[in-house]
Amino acid sequence: MDHRNSGLPELRILKLKSATADLIVSQRQPFASLMGRCGPVMTEKEERCHFSRETCRGTPYPLNQTRPDPPGRVYFGRFRMSDKIPVTVLTGYLGAGKTTLLNRILSEPHGKKYAVIVNEFGEIGIDNELVVGADEEVFEMNNGCVCCTVRGDLIRIIDGLLKRKGQFDGILVETTGLADPAPVAQTFFMDENVGAKTALDAVVTVADAKWLKDRLKDAPEAKNQIGFADIILLNKTDLVSAEELKDVELRIRAINPYAKIYRTRRCDVEIKSLLGQGAFDLQRILEIEPSFLEKDEHDGHDHHHDHGDGHHHHHHGGGLKHYHDEEMQSISLKTEKPLDPEKFLPWVNELSANEGPKILRLKGILSFKDDPQRFVIQGVHMVLDGDHQREWKEGEKRDSRLVLIGRDLDQKKIEEGFLACAA
Amino acid sequence: MVSVDRPSLTEKLVSFEAGSQVVAAHFVRESAAFATGEGEVLIAGESEARVKAHKGAILSSAGDGERIFTAGDDGRIVAVDIEGEQETLVDIGNKWIDNLALGPDGALAWSAGKTAFVRGKKAERSLEVVSTVGGLAFAPKGFRLAIAHYNGATLWFPNTDAAPETLEWKGSHLGVMFSPDGRFLVTTMQEPALHGWRLSDGQHMRMSGYPSRVRSMGFTADEKWLATSGAQEAILWPFATRDGPMGKQPLMFAPGLKDQKVTAVACHPKQAMLAAGYSDGMVLLVRLADGAEVLVRRPDGSPVTALAWRGDGGLLAMGTEEGKAALLAL
Repeated sequence: MDHRNSGLPELRILKLKSATADLIVSQRQPFASLMGRCGPVMTEKEERCHFSRETCRGTPYPLNQTRPDPPGRVYFGRFRMSDKIPVTVLTGYLGAGKTTLLNRILSEPHGKKYAVIVNEFGEIGIDNELVVGADEEVFEMNNGCVCCTVRGDLIRIIDGLLKRKGQFDGILVETTGLADPAPVAQTFFMDENVGAKTALDAVVTVADAKWLKDRLKDAPEAKNQIGFADIILLNKTDLVSAEELKDVELRIRAINPYAKIYRTRRCDVEIKSLLGQGAFDLQRILEIEPSFLEKDEHDGHDHHHDHGDGHHHHHHGGGLKHYHDEEMQSISLKTEKPLDPEKFLPWVNELSANEGPKILRLKGILSFKDDPQRFVIQGVHMVLDGDHQREWKEGEKRDSRLVLIGRDLDQKKIEEGFLACAA
Repeated sequence: MVSVDRPSLTEKLVSFEAGSQVVAAHFVRESAAFATGEGEVLIAGESEARVKAHKGAILSSAGDGERIFTAGDDGRIVAVDIEGEQETLVDIGNKWIDNLALGPDGALAWSAGKTAFVRGKKAERSLEVVSTVGGLAFAPKGFRLAIAHYNGATLWFPNTDAAPETLEWKGSHLGVMFSPDGRFLVTTMQEPALHGWRLSDGQHMRMSGYPSRVRSMGFTADEKWLATSGAQEAILWPFATRDGPMGKQPLMFAPGLKDQKVTAVACHPKQAMLAAGYSDGMVLLVRLADGAEVLVRRPDGSPVTALAWRGDGGLLAMGTEEGKAALLAL
C-alpha cells in the first residue's frame, strides 16, 4: 500500500535512479537531451505526421497506462465536456456582421456572462472587463506537422482567464474575417491545459447573404468558414430577393449540408440557439442527416412580410437547383453492414493522417459488429476523437454513417475504404 | 505498515483559504505573500494582510524580499509591502501585462503583447519582438534581459544601443530562465519539452520526454541541477559540467500517486532538498542525496499551482488551483 494513501506520513527511501523510457510514462519516448541543429530533430515518421499516439496526439498527456482503453477507442483529442467552460468560435468574412452579433450577445439579457476574445478592441461597443484583445498568432506545433497549428495567443489568454474561473459562464472567440477557423478549433484539442478546462462548443459563422456568393469564388477563407461551421447565420437577408436568398443557401448546402442555417437581418437570432450547442460533444452527436429543414428565425412580423410580398413558393418540394462546389465538398457514407472496429479504426486513423490537411470536419455514428453500443467519432483535420456513446435502442436502425467536409477529397477512394471496413 | 508515532510534517502545516486560485507565492521579509486569480495579495505568517491589488487576475508576479510585485490583466503593476500598502508602478490601460521580472538595482521588466519594457534607474525602454512575449528573465550578472517568444528567445542589453541577439529554435517558447552561473539559457516550450542554449557558442539543448507541459522549474541550491515539473516525477537535469545536460539523462525523484504529475517545484535555497507539488494537491519534500520523501500536504484533488521557499529556507509556502494556501515552517 502506498504510504501516502495510508493517511500516515512515512519516510520512504527511493533508490536513486536515472530515467528510462518505461519508467517515466507510457510515452515510448525516453527523456533525452540532444545536441541539435536549429529546427526540430525529427524522425521521418514524425515529419509525415503519421497519426501515431507518440507524435501527433491531440493532447500531450500520456495514454492512461493503468486502465487499458476499451477496445476500439480512439483517444487523441479528448473532446470530453462535463463541467468544462464552453467556448463558441465566431467566424465570418469581413463585413458579414460578426461585431453586430457580438454586441448583441454582450448587451442582451440572457442571464449568462461571457468572456470575449476579440481581434479588434474598438469595434465592441460594450465596456466589459472580460473583453480581451487577441493577436491571432498561429503557431505550428514543433512536431513537423503542417496542420497541427494552434493559436498561441488563445492559449495565453485562456490560461489567464482560467485564473478567474467562476466569473464567467462561457468564452466567445471572435476571429478576423480572414482567419482560418482550424487553428482556433485545434487549440482546444492540442493544448493540454486549455483542453482540460474548456470545451469547444460550436463554430458559428456569420455570412453576408448579398456577398457570400462572390466571396466563395474569390476568398478561400470564406469557404473554410462555411465548411467548418456548425451554425451559419445567413445575415442581411433584407438586402437580397427571395430567389437570391434561396440560391445562396443552396451554395452553402453544396459545401456544408450539415450546419444549421438561420436567416437573419441584423443577426437577429435568439442567442440561446447559438450557445450551448455541444457541437463537438461526442455524447451529443444525435443524427447526421443533412439539414434540409429550413430554420426561419424571423419573428411573426417578418413571416407575414415574407408571405405578403407575392413571392411564389415554387421551390418547395422537389425540383431544387443543385450546386456542386468544385473544390470543397461533403461526402456522406452509409452502410447497413456492421463494421469491424479492427478494420475501421486503423482506416480512419490512416485517412486522417494522410488526408488530414484536407479534412475540415468529420463525424460519424457507427455500428460495430457484436457491439451493443453505438460508436461515435469526430475529427478536425488530424485530430480525431471517438467513443462509445450509448446502447443501440430497440428497433433503432443499426447502420453506420460517416460524413466528411473537405477540400479535394477523393470520394471514390474514401467510399471504397469505408465499405471495406465491413465485418 | 506505518508506525503511528512517527513525527508528522502534515501536522505542522498551517492551512488557510486564499479565496481564489493561488497564482504564485513570494516572500516579503519574514512573511509569505500569495497572489491570486482574483487580483488579491495575501500576506501571511508573521504579518497578515489582504489587499485587492488588481481588478482581474494576477498574471505574473515576483518578489524582492521587501515587496511583492504583481502584474494583472487590468494593465497594471502593483507593489505590495508587508503592511499591505500598495503602490501602482505601471498602468497601461486595458492591455494585459503577461509577464514581469525583477532585475538588479530595482530594475523592473514587464511585457504586454509583443513588447517588452524595462524600467531601470535612468530610463524606461522598450523592445518589440516577433510575437507575444512568453516570458522574461534577467541575467544573473550584468543588466541583460532574456525575452522568450515564438521561434526563440531574444537577449537584450536595455542600457546599450547594441542590437539584441536572437537565439532561434522553432516553436513557441514560454517560460525562460538563466542558469545561476549565467552560462545557459533555458526555456519551457508549448510542447512538453525544454529548450536550452549554451550562451558562449549558441549550442542547442533539447530536453524532452515529458508527458505534459513544463510550468515550473528552478535550480538547486548548489546550482548543479535544474528541477522541473511536467512528469510524474520531479525531473532534474544536470547542469554542472561544461556541456550541461547535453547527451545526459535526468534524475527522477518522488513519483506522484497513480496518474498524478508534478505541477510545481521549488528548490530549497540552502540545502540539497526540493519541494514538489502534484496535480492532486500533494506536496512532498525530497532529499536529493538519497531521494528520501516526506509528506507535507495530503492530496485533496486540486493541483498545486504555487510553491516557494523563503530565502533562509525556514518557511515553505504553497497554494492550489482551488484557492487553498498553506505554510510549513521548518
